Amino acid sequence: MRELAYYEAKFEALDEIMAADQRVHLINGTFLSLSPHRHVFQNLKDKYGERMIAPPISELGFCGLATGAAMAGLRPIVDLSTGSFIYEAWPQVANEAANAFSMSGGQTRVPVVFHLFHGLRGGGAAQHSGSPQAMLWNCPGLEIVIPSSPRDVKGLLKTAVATDNPTIFVDHTRLLDIRGEVPDDGTAIPFGVADIKRPGYDVTVIATSYTVQVALRAAATLAKEGINVEIIDPRTLVPFDLTTILQSVDKTHRVVIADETHQSCGVAAEIAARIVESGFDKLKAPIRRVSTLDVPVPYSPPLEAHIGPSEARIMDAVKGVMG
Amino acid sequence: MLPKLARESLLELCRRMFVIRHFEESLVPLHDKGVFGGHYHLYIGQEATGVPAISCLRGDDYLFTTHRNHGHLLARGVEPKKLLAEILGRADGLNKGKGGSFHSVAPSLGFLHSSGVVAGIIPLSTGTAYAAKAQKNGRITVCLFGDGSLEEGAAQEAFNLAALYKLPVLFLCENNGKYGAGRAVAAAQSSTMAAYPLTDLPKVYKIPAQQIDGMDAGLVHATVSEAVNKIRAGEGPQFIEAQTVRYPGSETNWPTVPRQTETALAWDVSSVPEKARDWYRSCDPLLIFIRELVEAKQAVKEEVAAIERQVKSEIAAAVEFAVNSPYPKPEEAERNYFA
Repeated sequence: MRELAYYEAKFEALDEIMAADQRVHLINGTFLSLSPHRHVFQNLKDKYGERMIAPPISELGFCGLATGAAMAGLRPIVDLSTGSFIYEAWPQVANEAANAFSMSGGQTRVPVVFHLFHGLRGGGAAQHSGSPQAMLWNCPGLEIVIPSSPRDVKGLLKTAVATDNPTIFVDHTRLLDIRGEVPDDGTAIPFGVADIKRPGYDVTVIATSYTVQVALRAAATLAKEGINVEIIDPRTLVPFDLTTILQSVDKTHRVVIADETHQSCGVAAEIAARIVESGFDKLKAPIRRVSTLDVPVPYSPPLEAHIGPSEARIMDAVKGVMG
Repeated sequence: MLPKLARESLLELCRRMFVIRHFEESLVPLHDKGVFGGHYHLYIGQEATGVPAISCLRGDDYLFTTHRNHGHLLARGVEPKKLLAEILGRADGLNKGKGGSFHSVAPSLGFLHSSGVVAGIIPLSTGTAYAAKAQKNGRITVCLFGDGSLEEGAAQEAFNLAALYKLPVLFLCENNGKYGAGRAVAAAQSSTMAAYPLTDLPKVYKIPAQQIDGMDAGLVHATVSEAVNKIRAGEGPQFIEAQTVRYPGSETNWPTVPRQTETALAWDVSSVPEKARDWYRSCDPLLIFIRELVEAKQAVKEEVAAIERQVKSEIAAAVEFAVNSPYPKPEEAERNYFA
């Protein structure tokens, strides 16, 4: 199978989506954050510029514009760029878009995609390093997608645009240059299907987004020490595939959850609760969370590195649950 | 003044104003008796804005409204019994009981979403306008909100977007604060907004804006018609502030009805409690409209009274329907929150 960089797979998806469906409009941003690969966005702009706008710095306004446009039949994809900026648009995302379908008694569909780059990116400090997906998971009515590989970003983006629900597309700048196999058949990946990123049998490590890549590196090191880790990537938080996780826990009986949201009420907290509720009897050790420490993200490189879900912290947690 | 319309159209406007009036006058006792809970807001006093304004639209245009939406939905022709069932949280309601008073919608009539956050709809209205422009379908969007909405930043961001992209949207601000609580005497100025007049705000973004008497049905009809024509011609957004005098029943936190409306009040308000009498005598837009109809010889008193009787019996039937509609099954709460 051919190999692509993550950003290439993502833009191949955007290109195919825009070519196939005139209802798709791109609102704001370049879907690349500060990455140097600007030429891929320029290619899209040359082809589909009449279906793109570069609005003012008005996250609340343009997320509302996109939501309203979705209600009227378009399929807008909004780029909020830095994930923390979605806080500026919170009323439109969490209180209008998320509620509209239910509140209307199932009459008004809102097929909008809010794309953002979450997490620790190197020097982002407290206001440009947010991982809002845990807060958004607490807003029923939003689908949440969180890819970690070139194949997944392409397949999941296709489904995000096809679904009739408001969808948060949680991306990570540190993934953009990751390379991996991508099928060239244009297939969408359905929501709610977790992916086993590395098969194993000693410990189940559930990881999301860029932390999947960190966990893969940790697993390679642990393998040399004789510990065989299974890595599961849920790929979507809403809907959530608990079945695949419980099947893995059946085998390993030990769980570590590694994720970049802050620890309290974070993504790892919710996943841990679900495993305990449905699979407590399978566990031979307490679940360990490797989340971002509960402090505002500091700027200085060693400080930032200290609070994130690093390889070292994942390895410690794996050894911890091995007892 | 009366709108420049044929007699049949004027009588239909009159009928719709009566529908709003008797619908809401029937709603208040239902709340007082505990038939429904939650907060709600009345549209009474603004009928001469909403009814003629909405009559200027095409059937496929989009409308957004707020927590004060009953009058807009009824003006557009929503069935009173379905709206009432929704407010009572019943299975036969417009939204199957999932929305209630603040969020009633009627997508087939262009109401896709009603927000209880005062400025929530203003950015959304730029979205339907953006979509209509992209789809070149000639639809316009009318965004109906109160003066309080302008205090939220969302309004300003939306005005900027609408103006930048020349979007086909009419911002119709209904300022019901004239002489109201917390307002300066004889001014429609809120005590919590430094900008005055309110039309200064859209003008900053180069959106044409005008302030009109929202109790003058003819002026509302003429102004909105002209604005709608400009928007359809591709001139971009327009802003109208329609000023009304707040209904005395809406001055407290929980609505009241100082006096049930009847046609005869147009000429004799002696039966109205003294505290509310001035409003019924000189500010009630429905009674003003009735007097104008009769004075212009477009209808005799008995014709108006006959329209009112017919509306009253329709509303009575709507109440009967709504209170007898079943509640949704409890497990319905866990269903249908994703498409």
